[in-house]
Amino acid sequence: MNQLLQTAPSLVARSQQQIRTVALIGPPNSGKTTLFNRLTNLRQKVGNYPGITVEQHTGIMVLPGQEITIVDLPGVYSLNPYSEDERVAVNVLNGKMDGVPRPEAVLLVLDATNLTRHLSLAAPVIALGLPTLALLNMGDLLAKRGGSIDAVKLAGDLGIPVAIVSATMGTGLDAVGRFLQQADSPAHTTLPILQDVRECRRWAARVASESDYRPPLSPAWSRRLDDILLHKVWGPLVFMIVVGAVFQTVFGLGQPLSNALQDLLTEMAQKAAPFIANGFLRSLLLDGIWKGVASVLVFLPQILVLFLFIGLLEDSGYLARAALIADRTMSFVGLNGKAFIPLLSAYACAVPAIMASRTIENKRDRLATILIAPFMTCSARLPIYTLLIAAFIPERPVVGPFLGSRALAMLLLYVLGFAAAIGTAKMLKSSVLKSTPSPFVLELPEYRWPTLRSVGLRLMDRGRVFVQQAGTVILVVSLVVWGLTNLPLHQGHPPALEDSVVAHLGHFIEPAIRPLGFNWKIGVGLLTSIVAREVIVGTLGTLYGRDPQTQSVSLQTALQHELTFPGAMALLVFFAFAMQCTSTLAVVRRETNSWKWPIIQFVYMTGLAFLAAWIVNHIFSVWH
Amino acid sequence: MRIRLSDLKAGETAVIEEIELPEAERQLLIRFGFFDGAEVRCSRRAPLGDPIVYSLDATEVALRTETACRIFASPVDKKTCEQTG
Repeated sequence: MNQLLQTAPSLVARSQQQIRTVALIGPPNSGKTTLFNRLTNLRQKVGNYPGITVEQHTGIMVLPGQEITIVDLPGVYSLNPYSEDERVAVNVLNGKMDGVPRPEAVLLVLDATNLTRHLSLAAPVIALGLPTLALLNMGDLLAKRGGSIDAVKLAGDLGIPVAIVSATMGTGLDAVGRFLQQADSPAHTTLPILQDVRECRRWAARVASESDYRPPLSPAWSRRLDDILLHKVWGPLVFMIVVGAVFQTVFGLGQPLSNALQDLLTEMAQKAAPFIANGFLRSLLLDGIWKGVASVLVFLPQILVLFLFIGLLEDSGYLARAALIADRTMSFVGLNGKAFIPLLSAYACAVPAIMASRTIENKRDRLATILIAPFMTCSARLPIYTLLIAAFIPERPVVGPFLGSRALAMLLLYVLGFAAAIGTAKMLKSSVLKSTPSPFVLELPEYRWPTLRSVGLRLMDRGRVFVQQAGTVILVVSLVVWGLTNLPLHQGHPPALEDSVVAHLGHFIEPAIRPLGFNWKIGVGLLTSIVAREVIVGTLGTLYGRDPQTQSVSLQTALQHELTFPGAMALLVFFAFAMQCTSTLAVVRRETNSWKWPIIQFVYMTGLAFLAAWIVNHIFSVWH
Repeated sequence: MRIRLSDLKAGETAVIEEIELPEAERQLLIRFGFFDGAEVRCSRRAPLGDPIVYSLDATEVALRTETACRIFASPVDKKTCEQTG
């Protein structure tokens, strides 16, 4: 069955040109990505198409004597340019996309188990007139579930060669190599009017039935599994267990792994220190560059742990069910169910959460999710929360022995962040992100066993994207902040923090932050913590001459002398709202592919933080 | 008899007659198989009652009630020749 079927040679115009670039196109859930990974053997590049959020995947396929570039197009159901994804596909296929050569051939991937629907994409693709090979993917599943297709008849009907393949098993793929070495333009065939999507679907149904297509029976166990997983009682219960497990693992495994990595990298720097002459160079290498690199790498464990789960959930088919269960609740804030897992992960860290928002197909919902995720109380806020609460809020029972005043303060900060997120989401969805309403349509794929290979590839892919594309921004900002804290030089040595450029900046902004109840030292802390929120604790420790690790109590005492109670409360609220995180900004830039949204987000969140801190400082000042 | 797709009970089938939604939304729905003349079966409701899962072309697609109530259809009595698993 796994053979390449040629159309009648008399009908075929031989294309003389050699193929260098080939486009891979197929509907979502057709197994296109798995096939892409198979064909390229992981020789891939990920980037963004200029000016838009669609990711550009290209790879190299090695054939005897030549290398062919494969452009993996976004998953589309048609070539009518309604969505950004479809516009990208059309532009690439027509050679109108900057930086992408016009493909000389097309590999059309269709799900063999869902052929009646997927075939409607064949019409506009064949109409392009490029040599095309139709790959009926998941051929193994089709056969296993009692379905069948006459590939010879289908090839005759479509006027293009057809091969039955399985990307997961790797079978039938030699047809691709044979096709690319001797590709022919499509034979003459009757196609429907392409603009009429209904017409295309009727044509697809007719072609399928003429090719003796027998769709496979949907496996009874998949249905029965849904009877449990979407059950009125068991459904939400399993949902909560799964979601709890994800949250617990990202927090309980990702976080300690990140900390361990941080410790390891710090230790390496300490070990290396004696080998570098003390002074400016050592500071630049270890405190500047190495710390910058470390601040990029420490995110990897959390990103990988979260994407391990996303991979398992998405590949198994459960992610769609989870979205279905969460949708009712999420719709109250104007978002859809797919935003639930990213937003939940943002409680650990906004960086992997924003990367995970890629599972939300609706562009506006995805953007709204990205913009509100940093309001969730991430773990980087906890050091400053703990420090200030311990220093300023006396421990008293509030609700008997169950809830103390300190725990209540912490809880209120979580609620505050959550409320800001929901308020912002409502505001965005009723204003900027409203214009074209698009209905929530969620496809529920059949359950499948996730494969190690596909989950592993996703981890590698996301890790690489983060390090390469967000890492540079994080590194540059870390270096700039290092420069500000280590200049000007005094006899070749970095100055004391009080005499550095950043301290001058702290004095400079003091008039602006005094209404919030902050002095210039807090100002320096706010400036250095733009790299990452937890940095403020270290900065304050240095400024007060206290090591925050060993002398946490004395840092608390120092703060009690420096800050008023209203000022401390204002600082807590400031940190609940402010966008003090370069890594998040870098990831937002990468995911939205422009500086526009990270800048808007930074201005909005910092503005809100300023306003809220000012109000809190004044209310508490009157009350106190 | 013309009903709203959202009124369909689990296990019931209907043929879509008309979709009263703006063009852009209708285009999106067509891609998933919701267009006039298409046969749609209601599989189940989400545990909280919304969205509703429909089965068409051997795939399952969920729509919110707010969308499904704008799709009009005529019910088909298919219970006798129902195929499962």
